[in-house]
Amino acid sequence: MTSTTDTSTTEAKPGFVGGAANYLDERLSVSAVLKGFGRKVFPDHWSFMLGEVALYSFVILVLSGTFLTFFYQPSMAEVHYDGSYAPLKGAQMSIAYASSLDISFDIRGGLIMRQVHHWAALLFVAAAGLHMLRVFFTGAFRKPRELNWVVGFLLFLMGMGAGFTGYSLPDDLLSGNGLRIIDGMIKGIPVIGTAFSSGFFGGEFPGTEVVARLYSLHIMILPALIIVLIGVHLMMVIIHKHTHYSGPGRTDDNVVGYPLMPVYVAKAGGFFFLVFGVVAAIAATFTINPIWNYGPYDPSPVSAGTQPDWYIGWLDGALRLAPSGWDISIFDYVIPMGVMVPLIVSLLFLALVAAYPFIENWVTKDKREHHVLDRPRNAPTRTAIGAAGVTFYAVLWAGASTDLIATNFQMSLNQVLVAMQIMLLIGPGIAYFVTKRACIALQNKDREVVLHGRETGRVVRLPHGEYIEVHETVDKYELWKLIDYKDYQPVLARPDSNGKISLSNRLRSAVSKIYFEDRIAPVSKAEYELAHADHAPEAVEQKPSRKRKSIDA
Amino acid sequence: MSDIEKSYSPGLATDIEKPIANPGIEPHRIRMTDKSEKHARTAERQIAVMFGVSVVGAIIAIWGFFAFPIVDGDLSATRNNSLWMGLGMALSMFGIGFGAVHWAKTLMPDNEVSEMRHQARSSDETRAQALEIVKLADGESGFSRRKLIRRSMYGALVFFPIPAIIIFGDLGPVVGDTLKHTMWKAGTRLTKDPTGIPIKASDVTIGSVFHVIPEGLSEMEEHKLEEKAKAAVLLVRVNPSDLNEDPAKADWSYQGIVAYSKICTHVGCPVALYEQHTHHLLCPCHQSTFDLANHCEVVFGPASRSLPQLPIAVDAEGYLIAQSDFLEPVGPSFWDIRK
Repeated sequence: MTSTTDTSTTEAKPGFVGGAANYLDERLSVSAVLKGFGRKVFPDHWSFMLGEVALYSFVILVLSGTFLTFFYQPSMAEVHYDGSYAPLKGAQMSIAYASSLDISFDIRGGLIMRQVHHWAALLFVAAAGLHMLRVFFTGAFRKPRELNWVVGFLLFLMGMGAGFTGYSLPDDLLSGNGLRIIDGMIKGIPVIGTAFSSGFFGGEFPGTEVVARLYSLHIMILPALIIVLIGVHLMMVIIHKHTHYSGPGRTDDNVVGYPLMPVYVAKAGGFFFLVFGVVAAIAATFTINPIWNYGPYDPSPVSAGTQPDWYIGWLDGALRLAPSGWDISIFDYVIPMGVMVPLIVSLLFLALVAAYPFIENWVTKDKREHHVLDRPRNAPTRTAIGAAGVTFYAVLWAGASTDLIATNFQMSLNQVLVAMQIMLLIGPGIAYFVTKRACIALQNKDREVVLHGRETGRVVRLPHGEYIEVHETVDKYELWKLIDYKDYQPVLARPDSNGKISLSNRLRSAVSKIYFEDRIAPVSKAEYELAHADHAPEAVEQKPSRKRKSIDA
Repeated sequence: MSDIEKSYSPGLATDIEKPIANPGIEPHRIRMTDKSEKHARTAERQIAVMFGVSVVGAIIAIWGFFAFPIVDGDLSATRNNSLWMGLGMALSMFGIGFGAVHWAKTLMPDNEVSEMRHQARSSDETRAQALEIVKLADGESGFSRRKLIRRSMYGALVFFPIPAIIIFGDLGPVVGDTLKHTMWKAGTRLTKDPTGIPIKASDVTIGSVFHVIPEGLSEMEEHKLEEKAKAAVLLVRVNPSDLNEDPAKADWSYQGIVAYSKICTHVGCPVALYEQHTHHLLCPCHQSTFDLANHCEVVFGPASRSLPQLPIAVDAEGYLIAQSDFLEPVGPSFWDIRK
């Protein structure tokens, strides 16, 4: 828009939209906002949509949850059920459970909204987790985004918390047993455990308070924290601009992609509806959490094969895989290690996840800003550490299903559990080793392609009888993707000015060796030119002889 | 190397010269809709159809609400309105979603553009100005200079939130010894869960299992679940010769009938599964396994303490009664469980 057309439009009596825009701009300077953000560039990649899925799931959760609050009653007072679900007619239950049944059976659209809400919650945590993995494996957490990693980590925790508090609200048998497990864990915490449990439940378990307290956590405190953290998370994305994958034209100084208006408004806006559509379709056709099958909470019965929602599974698995008989007794005070070991192990795991960006930066001491993402293979040690972490989590997660694995595959429950315990200890190590080797192999393959071109599978016989495979050079755009990555080398522990080598120096040197000693450096200009110096015009190569020639040259 | 990279230390990064210069963004590939107006018009119609489908979906959802009113006792009405409202909503969302994305992919420009980034770090000038403001504010307020004010303010800031913590003190009562006692006492009859019908010793055949609550629990108006959460018991009769009883507790059972707490000593789930031929009790939550024949000691899983035994006897009418409360706390271990 130029100034001349501006004047002409104001003179020519603007329409409603123009008038409204003018009204808002004169009061809120919306034009400046639009000017600043309207053509902001966002890079395109499927993996960037994972965070979007999480964000949109949250919006769906707020919408469907608001509907549910109109009908749900967070009270543990006892009533006799008289709704339309015949099998429970007359049963004594809490108002919370009765109102959840009413939402399911006596309010049109109630069941679909409950299911939308539950499925969206499962999706929210899943998408947030996958988004974290994407950020981890591409190194998107590096400077300047370390703090945003921490914010995202907190969001993931909040998501788990919001999920668990919501799961417990219907006050059914299954979720009540979940709360009982939480109570048992809280009680096991040394010194403050029993007081904390009494404070949480308002007395002895289960009491009559906990559902109302979970409700205020679930619909007020946790969502408010999540909204604030999402706000901070997205603010930081705007400040930093989005990362992009290495590729032609992409550098640490620019961002390559499509403008917000109109392309991303349409794509991302449309994607919200697609996510909502998928959740609605699943909720319409697949039952989730059929609370009416479980019955009201009662501390005595329990059904075999109980499973928490998926995102709590790894913690439940940790409880199952805990060692027996390690309880510590100090002056007759008891520390129940069947509870404390899983608690400590899972908290340590979470702490490592939160701290990873700072650990890696302590090793590399790379103070530059990084906006071009790593392909996971180009950071083999980080990728291997990630794979080890994923394996650790996955074994704990699978651990929550030991009984189902045993019954479905007709194995001994005890052996399944012991196998899981062993896997938990050695699995991450195996995953680390295999992943690191796989990354290095892929890097070697990339080098091969850069230096000698791609294998075409076309075998020809030369006039003197030798068979060779024709290699095809890759174009410069493809080539750039293969050579553009950061490379680091291990550091030696050097004495400081006093001639001493400090412990942290030694440690950093050792860790840097683990990280980078078997690194595969990107192809340098010298190597590239050497490899291409005496090329046959049609890029025909004889691998062994060429190598010899290179060395001679 | 870029300007951004130059200003910061690269740490352990190597400096390897790239074989070729960055070739720049790949040339734009022309789409069918860029080439021919005919294709563009087809895409336009497709998008309009998708938006139309969205309207149809919304109508289906509305229809689903009105077409299937709730009928007491008839779950098919619930199922139908849930299904059709859900599918209608899904269709309505998909219509808009696919329409918008198709629009973006076919008709909006798809040539990539580049935008410059700037460092997060403020310029030296800005930083100097910011520092100047801080110093000015410090000087004007005397924050650094007037130590008395500063330190007393820290004190106030430390103390003022404490009431906000203390105010939550009544979230729960002080834990007395409630965790160590249940409603069982000498003479309480063992009754069936949930009916509260007393159990005659002669009704308990070998191999049978009873889920037991103390007499009077099922009629309780207040704190029923709290008491049940501690007092639930599992009653089993085994062949007396299979029992390896502690001589000191030999009179806690009655002709092979033993009663143990049903509350798992790991984290408190009900230990509800009994395997007859091994005499093992299994907790379905975390698979702690207790050997009933051996004082319910832990044979597998994360629990550490045996299940507490309830000493039982038989009254004059032949009903099973408790000799006393449990002699040790039931349920999960906690800090001062032995005090």
